[in-house]
Amino acid sequence: MSVLRVFIADDEAPARERLKELLQDIAEEVPTEVVGEARHGLEAIERIPGSGAQVLLLDIEMPGMRGLEVARHLVGLEGSPAVVFVTAHDKHAVEAFELSALDYLLKPVRAQRLAAALKRAAAGRAPDGEQLARAHNDAREYLSVTERHRIVLVPVRDIVFLRAEQKYVTLRTKLRSHLIEESLIALEREFARRFVRIHRNCLVARDAIRGFERAAPSNDEPHWMVVLDGIEERLPVSRRQWPTLRELVDEQNLK
Amino acid sequence: MPSIRQNTFSDLLPDFRNLGVIARVLVAVNAVAMIAAIYAAPSLRGAMERFIEDAAFLEPLLFVEVAMLFALSRQLGRMTYRGGCAAVVLLAAALAVIYQIAVSGMEQTPGALLRGAFFAALLAGVLLGYFRLLVKAFSPALAEARLQALQARIRPHFLFNSINAVLALIRRDPKRAERTLEDLADLFRSLVSDARRFVRLSDEIALLERYAEIEQLRLGDRLRITWELDAAPSDALLPPLVLQPLLENAVYHGVEPATEPGNVLVHIERRGNRVVARIENALIETEAERAGNRMALDNIRERLALFFDAEARMDTRTDGGRYRVEIDMPYLTRARTAEG
Repeated sequence: MSVLRVFIADDEAPARERLKELLQDIAEEVPTEVVGEARHGLEAIERIPGSGAQVLLLDIEMPGMRGLEVARHLVGLEGSPAVVFVTAHDKHAVEAFELSALDYLLKPVRAQRLAAALKRAAAGRAPDGEQLARAHNDAREYLSVTERHRIVLVPVRDIVFLRAEQKYVTLRTKLRSHLIEESLIALEREFARRFVRIHRNCLVARDAIRGFERAAPSNDEPHWMVVLDGIEERLPVSRRQWPTLRELVDEQNLK
Repeated sequence: MPSIRQNTFSDLLPDFRNLGVIARVLVAVNAVAMIAAIYAAPSLRGAMERFIEDAAFLEPLLFVEVAMLFALSRQLGRMTYRGGCAAVVLLAAALAVIYQIAVSGMEQTPGALLRGAFFAALLAGVLLGYFRLLVKAFSPALAEARLQALQARIRPHFLFNSINAVLALIRRDPKRAERTLEDLADLFRSLVSDARRFVRLSDEIALLERYAEIEQLRLGDRLRITWELDAAPSDALLPPLVLQPLLENAVYHGVEPATEPGNVLVHIERRGNRVVARIENALIETEAERAGNRMALDNIRERLALFFDAEARMDTRTDGGRYRVEIDMPYLTRARTAEG
């Protein structure tokens, strides 16, 4: 058996030490090499892509970004590692893992279980996005753009609008825009509290809406455009969405 | 260790030196006088005049009674519950007779004297019953406190991570592993101990330090605790497990969710006849809220009310990016106990 490249992500130093100890203990059964460690979720996202890890031992409760979200951002990565989740006590996460057939270990981890999980991981594949999305009930805090060996994170709270164009969705912040491979419908469902649909192909951050302008009636009937905070571009509101948006604006004005 | 009597709180006379108790007595007696006046007088105006007249007669007697109970509080506390109640009722009746004679000389008929004594005794009895009910209403908080302590206080998350941390220590630093297990044992011993006992502040502080030691092991330099305990009165008495859950909350909400090191402040001091404890942590903004701490706070508030009635307060506030919990309680060094 070739040496398995393992990455450890856990915010508690003793927990990382313990896993390394156990990996040594089972080295004869499953030879491994630790190729990287991370102390929190954001560090994991930064370090995993260049590490060449085949298996990721991923703690659930981490500051910065929780384990499940970390796993979701790794999905698009070339040669993304198989994931074994590790949790001390998270009833909901464990239920979700069971339902989505994701592999997990409970802390304190037993050497035997770790060996078995690593063998399965070496034989299996990285979890797919759908599987992870099902296990992850919360909305993500970031959307990610995967470059060849790098994951660029965009905080959801910085996003002004999301617009579907053909295969991709354009994600626009005040500073720049990115292309992401996600469906607008799934995004609308996940971030319903943050974004509102203004058009068949476009979601806008509720708190970025500054007002509405009537577009000059050039050829056909007049329609409304959304004025957004920090962005020059005006976005058209579909006739179908207009009543919902007007209510939203009335509510805001009342406040 | 000083303790509240082992059976139940409801078998204990109210603390006649407690402001909450005194206030309740004053309000209740005046309310009865008011109702009597409204019932007896033909009109509302008449009722007011009647009430003022009655109050002028009643108030001095009431103050004397309250003052006597205040003075005799310790002696009453040494008696059995039944004996204490009988003494309070007799005292009320006797003072009523003496007061009536003192005010109106010997011209009162024995019948009138007896009637006054009867009403005073009746009122005293009703009030004692009311205090007993009040304590009973709060009692479930005690039973619950232990359960909650085990289930929520020491979060399973904390237990499993601590055991995991000890496992990591056993080979590298067996001495520290031993110490950590001892700390864990102490922490759990206090959780399963009697929630009705008062504990000394110095013991509660020792518990805080044990707990902090374990967290320090798990979190390393991410956890920075500033202890301001120089003015803490180590002989003060307080309900058990009032401060430790607050420190645990501070770590759970203010340090663990942060990628940067977090500061926690533990400040305890004596201010005159008060003890003030304050625990502060950084306010961390995350979209995913961590499981709430309301339950722990509510339970602490209820137990403070049970031990100190209206004389203890707990406030929480957030400002300048910090979350603060402050407890302000009376400085007691001797519990009201059967042993005195």
